[in-house]
Amino acid sequence: MEPLRHLDGIALPIARANVDTDQITPARFLHKPRGDDHGQYLFHDSRRQADGSLDPDFPLNRAEYAGARIIVADHNFACGSSRENAVWALFDHGFRAAIAPSFGDIFASNCLKNGVLPVRLPAAVVAGLLQALQETPGARVQVDLERQTVTLPDGAVHGFEIDPFSRHCLLNGIDELDYTRELAPEIDAFINRYGRENR
Amino acid sequence: MSETAPRTLFAKIWDRHRILERADGQVLLFVSRALVHDGSAPAFAVLRERGLTPRAPERILGTPDHYVPTDTRIVAEIPDAERRGMVEALARDAAAHGIAAFALDDPRQGIVHVIGPEQGFSQPGMVITCPDSHTSTHGALGALAFGVGMTETAHVLATQTLWQRRPKTMRIAVDGALGDGVGAKDVILAIIARIGTAGATGHVIEYAGAAIRDLSMEGRLTLCNMSIEAGARAGMVAPDDTTYAYLAGRPHAPKGRDWDAALARWRALPSDEGAAFDAEVTLDGSAIAPMVTWGTSPEAALPITGAVPDPDSVADAERRAAMRRMLDYMGLAPGTPIEGVKVDRVFIGSCTNGRIEDLRAAAAVVRGRRVAAHVTAWAVPGSGLVKAQAEAEGLHQVFTAAGFAWREAGCSMCLGTNGEIAAPGMRVASTSNRNFMGRQGPGARTHLMGPAMAAAAAVTGAITDIRRLMGR
Repeated sequence: MEPLRHLDGIALPIARANVDTDQITPARFLHKPRGDDHGQYLFHDSRRQADGSLDPDFPLNRAEYAGARIIVADHNFACGSSRENAVWALFDHGFRAAIAPSFGDIFASNCLKNGVLPVRLPAAVVAGLLQALQETPGARVQVDLERQTVTLPDGAVHGFEIDPFSRHCLLNGIDELDYTRELAPEIDAFINRYGRENR
Repeated sequence: MSETAPRTLFAKIWDRHRILERADGQVLLFVSRALVHDGSAPAFAVLRERGLTPRAPERILGTPDHYVPTDTRIVAEIPDAERRGMVEALARDAAAHGIAAFALDDPRQGIVHVIGPEQGFSQPGMVITCPDSHTSTHGALGALAFGVGMTETAHVLATQTLWQRRPKTMRIAVDGALGDGVGAKDVILAIIARIGTAGATGHVIEYAGAAIRDLSMEGRLTLCNMSIEAGARAGMVAPDDTTYAYLAGRPHAPKGRDWDAALARWRALPSDEGAAFDAEVTLDGSAIAPMVTWGTSPEAALPITGAVPDPDSVADAERRAAMRRMLDYMGLAPGTPIEGVKVDRVFIGSCTNGRIEDLRAAAAVVRGRRVAAHVTAWAVPGSGLVKAQAEAEGLHQVFTAAGFAWREAGCSMCLGTNGEIAAPGMRVASTSNRNFMGRQGPGARTHLMGPAMAAAAAVTGAITDIRRLMGR
């Protein structure tokens, strides 16, 4: 996994609540292999008009937000399907952090496994940030995972919470699976006992 | 908490599967059973890249469902090479690792959340994972079952464990008796309409109350299936005699003395009297009407007697804008009675409503009637065994005589990963679980409802109060 320590980048506002992972990556692209550039599937249908052309008003299509590394959305971002493709699409498009008041549980977990940092900030802070990003397209946001802070375009600094172990894994690009495999003796002992008790 | 403190069903399962706890409070949880499907190839790819093998292949069961066509059982006939490749990959990966997986032409093949309970593979007291958010379905048996991502699935395959932070608990009590024409789908849609699509985020729901206890196993599976649509990590129903009667004799269920021992364990699972939940919600079951969604979120649901809401009546600007986007996508005007809205297609099936009881409920409405001339209607059984049972009861003849297409088992039009989608602008009465924009195809308009309501829409050609067609 790619390590993540500090981010200083353009933030893309998606001023909507309950954006589901079907919007982030439509189901018809789910069979595409991980080796593909999944960035091309990001908001594939949401960013298009009925005739298939790009909607010039959809934030992802606007030149001012090109190269954005942080996505900002309203509450319950990426709810619904467990598709990890939603995170792949964000990652391949260049995003390394998502800021929202709340996330779909499975999405937030998937982010941490792929070098994308989910940042929960208070609803009022996110509402202000969304407004600022729409009023000043291309404004930058800094995310500091070491200090667990987000610096908004107006200079305001907000702290955020993250599991210490998830933070450790992201900072160092460590994979949880390698860590768990070192616990094989404990797991084996548990399975043996569990098997005897649950015939 | 002392040993004798009252515990919830969730806590009993959690404690039983807790291997160890990390300093940061995350728990390494043992996964008793894992399910995989034909979208799981990336997880097996991770194993290959790292030279790993499944820790406990005997605890894993696979079935192709997402990418299978529902008009043939021959893999070679899947026209799209990439989709065919997904079905072939599951068979190859399972065989390589000694994992049991049903072939497409095996009568036991079906939707993963239908076959887990059907095979008795999913049992009370277990921790169950699958790379699919509707894994919450299996909680209907009194298990802790939740969907995980692909990286987590690789973790489960390699270690049979998963790191989890203990979720909160929510008890949703549905009291009273459900009215005529009201079923489990209406109950869960009413719950989601009440608490919202993020209403249970971070929580495991335990459904309780008289109306839940009265549900059949199939009904409970429908109920728990859509827990994720309320944002919940999982949904569960305490096991009882309905559960045990359902499980007895199924292929993976314990037998003989093992069954007796299992039953004794299972009977100790229900939440203790006085066990505390982090949140409590109560609904009056007798007040729930047949439900239908009008928008592009499962929380945008209303009673069949209701009308499409008016965004101008909502104070919050963002909520108002979201409602306008929904109405624009759905092609509906505020104030339109939801009953009478014409449909183009009907889909009866999915992990939500593709079980035998669902097909019986739909067939009871369809019997002696004809699908409206402008409607294309499909009945897609949730598994090969559901299909066989339905055919033994003659239900397939009821459907086909009415003009329904009687299909093979798979996820099909629920999400269209197999290519079975509706055309842009088409309105679909669907028994599936999600009405998201584009879920059933770009531009397709989904109205979620129960199987009897979907059958009613098929024969009248419009969204219809099922109670009008009853007792003729």
